[in-house]
Amino acid sequence: MLYQLEGSQSIAKAVALCRPGVICAYPITPQTHIVEGIGELVRSNELLNCEFINVESEMAALSVAIGSQATGVRSYTATSSQGLLYMLEAVYNVSGLELPIVMTLGNRAVGAPINIWNDHSDAMSARDSGWIMLFAETNQEALDLHIQAFKIAETIKCPVMVCVDGFILTHAYDQVDIPSQKEVDEFLPPYSPHISLSIDSPIAIGTMVSPEYFMEVRYLAHKRRIESLKIIEGIGDAFKQKFKRDSGGLVREYNIKNAETVVITMGSVAGTIKDLIDELNSIGEKIGLLSIISYRPFPTDAIVNSLKNTKRIIVLEKAFAVGIGGILFQEIELAFKQTDIEVFSVVAGLGGRNITKPMLKEYFLKKNIEEITFLGLKEDIITQEYKPIKLHGHEGGK
Amino acid sequence: MSSATLGNKSTGKATVQSDHNRPNTLTSGHRACQGCGEALGARCAVDAAYRATNGKIMVVNATGCLEVFSCAFPENSWGIPWLHSLFGNAPAVATGVAAALHRQNREDIRVIAQGGDGSTFDIGMGCLSGMFERNDDVLYICYDNQAYMNTGVQRSGATPPLARTATTLPHRSYLGNDPQTGKDIPKIAMAHGIPYVATASIANIPDLEEKVSKAINIRGSKYLHVHVPCPLGWGYPTSDTIKVARLAIQCGLFPLFEAENAKIVSSTIIDNLVPVQDYLILQKRFAHLFGKNGPSETVEVIQSIANANIEKYGLNGGIINE
Repeated sequence: MLYQLEGSQSIAKAVALCRPGVICAYPITPQTHIVEGIGELVRSNELLNCEFINVESEMAALSVAIGSQATGVRSYTATSSQGLLYMLEAVYNVSGLELPIVMTLGNRAVGAPINIWNDHSDAMSARDSGWIMLFAETNQEALDLHIQAFKIAETIKCPVMVCVDGFILTHAYDQVDIPSQKEVDEFLPPYSPHISLSIDSPIAIGTMVSPEYFMEVRYLAHKRRIESLKIIEGIGDAFKQKFKRDSGGLVREYNIKNAETVVITMGSVAGTIKDLIDELNSIGEKIGLLSIISYRPFPTDAIVNSLKNTKRIIVLEKAFAVGIGGILFQEIELAFKQTDIEVFSVVAGLGGRNITKPMLKEYFLKKNIEEITFLGLKEDIITQEYKPIKLHGHEGGK
Repeated sequence: MSSATLGNKSTGKATVQSDHNRPNTLTSGHRACQGCGEALGARCAVDAAYRATNGKIMVVNATGCLEVFSCAFPENSWGIPWLHSLFGNAPAVATGVAAALHRQNREDIRVIAQGGDGSTFDIGMGCLSGMFERNDDVLYICYDNQAYMNTGVQRSGATPPLARTATTLPHRSYLGNDPQTGKDIPKIAMAHGIPYVATASIANIPDLEEKVSKAINIRGSKYLHVHVPCPLGWGYPTSDTIKVARLAIQCGLFPLFEAENAKIVSSTIIDNLVPVQDYLILQKRFAHLFGKNGPSETVEVIQSIANANIEKYGLNGGIINE
C-alpha cells in the first residue's frame, strides 16, 4: 500500500513488519526518528511481542542485542556516526559471534569537528568488521533492504548493516509502497537460531581462541562472506519476484551499455547523478552509473563484469582516508588493476556539503581530470589557512 | 569423618559445596592459578544459583581472568549456558538475555552477569548503572580482587589505599595507591534503589551461598559483591587465600552485609576482631608499609577505614549507621 512517509518512519514500519523480538533504542542524530517510530509501534500494539529497551549508550544498544540474539530472539538497533564508533568494539564482536543482528546506520560524518550531517565516514570505520553492509539509494530501497537484511542475516548467520544517508533519506518525505504483514511473513520466516543459549543443551558462546585456531576462524569468515555474495543476489531476486521491486542485489547499472565513462558511487547521491546522466546522454555524452548496493562483501566480479567495455571510471564517494585518499576508490582501482581502464577519485559531500548537478556537470565535462578531486572545495579558504609545515633546522631533509 | 560432615556440623546447615552431588557448574581442569580466590568464588556462587533454580540459569561473563581461564577453545569449563562478549558490556548483554527470556515466556530461567572489579568498577560501570536503573532482571556478581590481575596487576577503581600494583609502585614519598581514591560500588548499586545488594566472601561460603540463593529468585536487578583474594596480585602463599579473605572480614576492611531497596537490613558481626596489620602483613602489596622498625603510621590510615566500617555497619554488634 502506498504511503507518504518520512524515511525514518518507513524504515520503522519495515523493521516492525519483520517482527523483531527486541529493539534497543539510543538517540543519535540522524537515526533517532527510526527508534522513536518503532517505539511508537510497540506502545500502540502495532508491533506485538517486542521488548523495546531504552539503553544508556550505543555500546549498550548493540550489547543488549547481542544478549537477546544469542538467546534466540530476532534483535534490531540503529545508530549513526559517533554512536557507531562508540559501539565499534561490539560491532566486531557481533560478526565474530556470527549473530544475525540487523542494524540501521543513518550515515553521518564523524567528528571532530562535530558535524551532524551526512557523509559515509561512519560506515567506512566499520568496513573491515565482517558485517554485511548494504547502501540504500531511495527511501523505498531503504525499506525494502531492511526486509531483505533480516533474511540475508539469518541465512548467512552474519549481521547486516543497512546504510541510509542521514537527513537526505532519513528525514525526507517520499512515497513508499509498504508491503502487507502477510507478504513479509511469507518472505521472512520466524527466526530459527543456528546457535543459542539453552538450558537443555548448554554451550559456551564467545570462548577464547588461541593462535592455533584464530587464523582459520578469520579465513572461514572471509570465505563465507565471499560466498554470501550469491545469497545477497539470490535474496534480491526472490524479493523482486515477490514484491515486484528491484531493490536488492549487489550493484545497480544505469545507462552503462555504451558508456565510455562510468561513475561508481553508493547511496542517495546516485539519484542526482542519474538525473545528470539523462541530461548528458541527451547531448551525446557517453556516461553511465554503477551504484554499489552490497559494499561488504565487496562484489568485485559483479563490478568488473558490468564495466568490461568502459574506458574510464570515476569513483565518487562521501568519505576518504586522511593521509591516503578515497577508500572506495582504492578498492575499485584494485578491482581493475589488470585492465587499461583509468580510475579517478572524487571525494564529495563531506559533512553534508551539497553535491549539486552543476558541480557534477562541470566536473564530468572536463577534458583533463586529476587523479583525485575534492568536489566543491573552497580554494580561498585553503589558501588562507594552509601553511606549509617547517621542520626546524632540517628543512629539505638530509 | 569427612570434611563435608565437619563443614556441615560447624555451620549447622549443608552447603551446596559440601554436597557430593554438587552441580560443578565450573568444572575442574580450568586454567586458574593455584589458590585463585575468583575461581572458588565463581564456582560457589554459580553452583548455589544452579541449585536454587533447579539448573535454570544462564551466565554472561565479562572479559577477565574468570573468562580467560575457563574457556580456552576447544575446552570449556562451564556446565551451564554461558556467553562472553566483551570487557565492558556484560550487564547490557545480560539485559538482552533477560529480555529474550521474557519474550520467550521463560522467566523461570534466571540470568547472572559476572565479572571482576575492572569490568564492574571501571570499564563496565556505565552498562552496570544502566542495567540497575532499568531494574533489569539480572543478578550481577562482582568478584573483587582489587586490581586488573589478568593483565598483570594494574590499579583499578577497587584497589585499596596504599596498595602496590604495577601502576602504583611505591617510590620514596609515594606509598602506593592514593588513599583519597576509589569508589564504593555496593553503595552505588544501592543508590539505584534495586531490590537487593549484598557483599560476600569466599571465607564464608555458607553466607555466600545463602545470599546467591536469595538473590537469584528476586525479580529485578540484584548486586552481589564477592571478595576474592588473589595470591599472585596480592603476594601471599597460594595456601593462604581463605585465611587472607577471612582476615579481611575480621579486621573490618570487608564488611559483610545485605541491603534491600536501598537500605541495609543486616550485617555479619565480627566474632574475633583483629587489627588491620594482621591482614596487611601477609601481603607483599602492603610490604612497603612495614619497615625494619615495624608498621609505618600509614597503617593507621587503613585502620581508620576499618574502624569506620565497624561503626557504619555495626560489625561489633552495634546498630547499623548507614
